[in-house]
Amino acid sequence: MFRDRRTLLVMFGLPVIQILLFGYAMTTEMKNAPIIIDDNARDVQTEQIILKIKASPYFTVDEPASGYKDVEKAFKKGNIKCALIFPPGFGNDLLHNRKATIQIIADGSDPNTAKTVINYLTAIINDYQQQLFPGATLPYKIIPETRMLYNEEGNGSLIFIPGVMALILMLVCTALTSVSIVKEKELGTMEVLLVSPFKPVMVLISKAVPYLVLSLINFTVIVLLSVFVLNVEIKGSVLLLFFESTLFIITCLSFGLLISNTTNSQQTALLICMMGMMLPTMVFTGFMFPLENMPWPFRVISNILPSRWYYLIIKAVMLKGLGFEYVWKETLVLIGMTVFLLTIALKKFKIRLQ
Amino acid sequence: MSVLPFILQKEFRQIFRDKTILAMMFALPVIQLIILPLAMNFDVKNVNIAVVDHDHSTYSQKLIAKILSSGYFKMTGSALSYDKALQRIEEDQADLVLEIPLGFERNLVREGTQKIGLSVDAINGTKAFIGNAYLNSIIKDFNENIDLNVQAAAGNSVTAGTIMITYSNWFNPRAESKYYLVPGILVLLLTMIGGFITALNIVKEKEAGTIEQINVTPIRKWEFIAGKLIPFWIIGMIVFTLGVIVCRLVYGIFPQGSVALLYLFAAIYLVALLGFGLLISTFCDSQIQAMFVAFFFMMIFMLMSGLFTSVESMPVWARTISRLTPITHFIRVVRMIVLKGSGLADVKTELLYTIGFAVVLNAWAIWNYRKTS
Repeated sequence: MFRDRRTLLVMFGLPVIQILLFGYAMTTEMKNAPIIIDDNARDVQTEQIILKIKASPYFTVDEPASGYKDVEKAFKKGNIKCALIFPPGFGNDLLHNRKATIQIIADGSDPNTAKTVINYLTAIINDYQQQLFPGATLPYKIIPETRMLYNEEGNGSLIFIPGVMALILMLVCTALTSVSIVKEKELGTMEVLLVSPFKPVMVLISKAVPYLVLSLINFTVIVLLSVFVLNVEIKGSVLLLFFESTLFIITCLSFGLLISNTTNSQQTALLICMMGMMLPTMVFTGFMFPLENMPWPFRVISNILPSRWYYLIIKAVMLKGLGFEYVWKETLVLIGMTVFLLTIALKKFKIRLQ
Repeated sequence: MSVLPFILQKEFRQIFRDKTILAMMFALPVIQLIILPLAMNFDVKNVNIAVVDHDHSTYSQKLIAKILSSGYFKMTGSALSYDKALQRIEEDQADLVLEIPLGFERNLVREGTQKIGLSVDAINGTKAFIGNAYLNSIIKDFNENIDLNVQAAAGNSVTAGTIMITYSNWFNPRAESKYYLVPGILVLLLTMIGGFITALNIVKEKEAGTIEQINVTPIRKWEFIAGKLIPFWIIGMIVFTLGVIVCRLVYGIFPQGSVALLYLFAAIYLVALLGFGLLISTFCDSQIQAMFVAFFFMMIFMLMSGLFTSVESMPVWARTISRLTPITHFIRVVRMIVLKGSGLADVKTELLYTIGFAVVLNAWAIWNYRKTS
């Protein structure tokens, strides 16, 4: 196994790069959204609003547009997220008629960004309105005081780390063992193993143990990186974290062994692991898309993914600092899956070659 | 006489021999394209809220009723104390806790302001944050309504100027996320299938030893690479076509813009992508190695491409990486053509980038393929 330097390099390089990317490059918040403004009024009030928008970190204002034709062209070029249109006589209407209209057109092809853009713009405009008429603030007010539990500083990496850990471990571990047996079948060395007095269990275990060690090292690297580079604080017991992760890794390795036993070429095994599992794992683990929103058949599907349970455990132990009494159910599920997968893998393990 | 037709014949035979892989190449992307977007839903509904109402007054009841009637929140039972509610969060039964203090109504009427406590499970990602934003806007709305009642009673409405804001979402009036996600997923699946299969291809011949038989023949390097590229290009185009059909039949998404332009782009993109896969294949010595390298880049492509998060929000260095990944441009263009009906002039930059990738990656793959070791 250690003969193959490049695989080892990728195995360890992958989590490092991913953790860094997730930590630094991926933000769920919006910044620098490009917008254009079609100012048909050109008076003091519109100037002031535009200045306010320019000053906010959320937007960058493009060249001014004139007319819907321009706006449509800009949208089609794909550069802008939103257009803000002031009607002629905006300031006059506002000061004398006490009512003025602004039109916001958002690029609905990206509905989430569109929603955020509209919210931010509305907040800026409301703010301006309050500034302009300070006497008109609401006399009665309920002020919500929000506390961010477990994540007081709003550290974005906290949200992604558990998910990324589950994703990487799941895919890497499964892929590692998925080729192990099928490779021997392809090379013909399987016969040597089969005529030897080893029991199938021993063959399977000896296949899995080196990868278990490797995966644990990998896991440690991820944890160290998240603690020291991304300032993620481990709130719960480190021992429990390692215990649960070992369990999860074993589950994935067993799954890989099962794939390896049922396929007959490395290419098939690898395609199943990567092509077949990458996106579903990402979607159904629950760290990008809330599982509760999915239609029920998908919630059922998500239950058979080990990563989904591991994700719950990691969140509870690492970030919330909860003890074993909170995660025993998930742990039992993982143990059950491991036993089940290993049994099937053993059953499928053919002692004779066809 | 060119040897290319013979290499092609060999490659096609090889592809058609392994029926499992052939089936997987078509079935995996199509099935995933049908299923996954249904599950990928950014719209937040059913935020579980635990309410601790210490006040039990008319106003607090009104506020709670208003929150529950919004349709976004689901009450997971009212708790007696904050600690009890917190426990619900720990058990993952609740996403946020709303605490209404004692004397809420009295303070509100007498002093005009009153604070209420919101505790959000901040590691629960999008759900908690969006839930929090919804709740804030509901409370704001509630504020305005009490304001109205009181003002009507007092009879002194202040005449302040109001700015009315009207919004519209172009290209997707109902703001449905499927229009955004489905084309992106299609591109991603195409990329994965093309990238993985070509990455495994040359390396497979290396492992099997058949590459040496090819190396001793007078086949030229570019002919060898082209022979690998063309069959997979055809398969890629078929997968792409299937994907477009799925978009139409299952999701009702049909390109607003020119289909020919879409295909032109897909054709060039596939050349670039397959070149990339072959390049990986020439570098690696074993299939698992090739797979991990391909996986490594796929993950980066996936994260940096703006499929799930917007590229503009990234720091500058990340935006540079994003520009240098071929898939970013293709996702952008597919979205533009399919959703907005953009024309050739609008996607010129992306087209140039993609042609650049196609030329560089394939040239590199040909250059890096050595006939002698």
